Amino acid sequence: MYVLLFLAVPTLIAIGTGFFDNTGAFTLVTVAALGDPVVLTTFFNSFWLSALTAVVGAVVGAAVCYALLGARPDGPLRTTIDSLSGVLAQFGGVMLAFAFVATIGIQGMVTLYLRDTFGLDIFENGVWLYSTTGLILPYIYFQVPLMIITFMPALQALKPQWAEANATLGGSTASYWFRIAFPVLAPSFIGSLLLLFANAFSSYATAAALVSQGSQIVPLQIRAALTSETLLGRENLAGALALGMIVVMAVVMLGYSALQSRAARWQQ
Amino acid sequence: MNSQKLKVQQPTAPTRPGTVVEFVGVVKEFSGMRALDGFNLSLHAGECVALLGPSGSGKTTALRVLAGLESTDAGSITIDGIDVSALATSKRDMGMVFQSYSLFPHLSAGENVEFGLRMRKIKPAERRRRAAASLAMVGLDDHFDRFAHQLSGGQQQRVALARALVTEPRVLLLDEPLSALDAKVRVQLRDEIRRIQTELGITTLFVTHDQDEALAIADRVAVMRAGNIEQVGTPEELYSRPATPFIADFVGLSNRIDGLVRSAWAEVYGTSLALIDPSTPDGPVTVSIRPEDIEFAAEGLAATVVASSFLGSLRRTTVRLGDGTILFLQHGVRVHPRAGESVYVIFTGAPVSTEPVGPASVAQQQY
Repeated sequence: MYVLLFLAVPTLIAIGTGFFDNTGAFTLVTVAALGDPVVLTTFFNSFWLSALTAVVGAVVGAAVCYALLGARPDGPLRTTIDSLSGVLAQFGGVMLAFAFVATIGIQGMVTLYLRDTFGLDIFENGVWLYSTTGLILPYIYFQVPLMIITFMPALQALKPQWAEANATLGGSTASYWFRIAFPVLAPSFIGSLLLLFANAFSSYATAAALVSQGSQIVPLQIRAALTSETLLGRENLAGALALGMIVVMAVVMLGYSALQSRAARWQQ
Repeated sequence: MNSQKLKVQQPTAPTRPGTVVEFVGVVKEFSGMRALDGFNLSLHAGECVALLGPSGSGKTTALRVLAGLESTDAGSITIDGIDVSALATSKRDMGMVFQSYSLFPHLSAGENVEFGLRMRKIKPAERRRRAAASLAMVGLDDHFDRFAHQLSGGQQQRVALARALVTEPRVLLLDEPLSALDAKVRVQLRDEIRRIQTELGITTLFVTHDQDEALAIADRVAVMRAGNIEQVGTPEELYSRPATPFIADFVGLSNRIDGLVRSAWAEVYGTSLALIDPSTPDGPVTVSIRPEDIEFAAEGLAATVVASSFLGSLRRTTVRLGDGTILFLQHGVRVHPRAGESVYVIFTGAPVSTEPVGPASVAQQQY
């Protein structure tokens, strides 16, 4: 019932509004707006921002997971990192935006320190923090912990016997990683990467709090379609944009699901 | 697995015969605890030796030290007279089958078997031919393209065996390879491992905590306790002439009964039994008597049947003597005593071991 009320019904409404005009008549005009150059640019921005932060988050997160393998699962280091990851993965939004404004904003603590101490002006070439580029750092901030949460179980599921079998069969450390561990981890890694992509692609609050000018990514453009005075009355465009997002997310999540199922089979 | 036909296949190629393995004074400690305490053992060329012992006795450590998966703190391990103690695992040329399923999940059965050959840079066509032959040897020639998750536990262990043998290693190491399998498959695979080992003539170290498995598969069995070997011998020697009461108790079932030794004879409940070791000093002892060396008779020690279990080809019956002592008997299935039935039992065989006890213990006995 929960899923029906808060996922299925809104999804169906979002899809429906993309195909109907304000009078309730069926139309393809709104959906055709998805081909508008401005909309396409927005989707492109969302794509590269999500892809970049997903890749960086996945690589850094996987490296942290690997470094944590040596720590005892019930030891203080692991439990602290696990708890922190759980919290920080959900830290996006206004709080995170404020944290970045307070540290590396124009009058941020770190910004002022770098300028006063080293004469380094991080905004010398423009105030990038409040643009799409500025979203990269805050997004990575919650992408890395999410990667740690999702990828750690896969790394832990690598059986010591695989490394030992590799050694007794004449293999080296390199053959273990490149012929056994990486291929076995690949579905989990790519699956986590897709999850991170979806996480960034659908993220709204952090961007809304940081970016006040323009609608450079899809969620912000949906907001504009719903609230902007210049675009007032274009709720159906918001529906079409949401439809576009749903299609992207559906494809990503289908891929994630297929990869997770393969990973689970291998980790039995 | 159960539907899998057991095909008697020819081995792919004879492994190099004549490999002799020796552990000399091997010591291995984990956090100050000695897992191996001056461990000595020789494996003759082409023989299968089972390391048998309870959990924590050091048997798996001994195998892992031989494989090079654990380092030694002292002592040496030689293969054909060459010390390999400092040699990396990958250079020791050993095949190993693990207790838990260890097939690489992203590779098919055939690719798993090919893995060791690939590491040796064997050409693809030759790799495939040898992998197929090795799989045929374990009766899985039609499973080349199956993945681990498509195989039963028994089939996975067969593939692991084929993978371990395809490189024609000098020594085969088996670390409780049957313990995760169900009883019927375990016996089938046990017999198959023995057949292949005999045919190939490969020197094999088999670790198990299952005495039936050890006695059935090995040329010699080494019983381990507290990081060292308590006794090593053929299965028959271990069963009929255990060196210590621990062996008598651990290998096979024993009735431990208080008795008295006088001039190489043990008196047990008024019956004089010849001792295997005539040098046993006189005095009170606890003797170990096998269940098959106690029989029902028309007259003898009065007892009451407590329970009787059907074990397929034989039956095991528990009786209680008048003084409360419990005895186990092993006999043919045609005799079927009922619980509560009054019977008489006699001792027909010699005690397999004796252990001196304090006089207080004997004083409780009524002769």
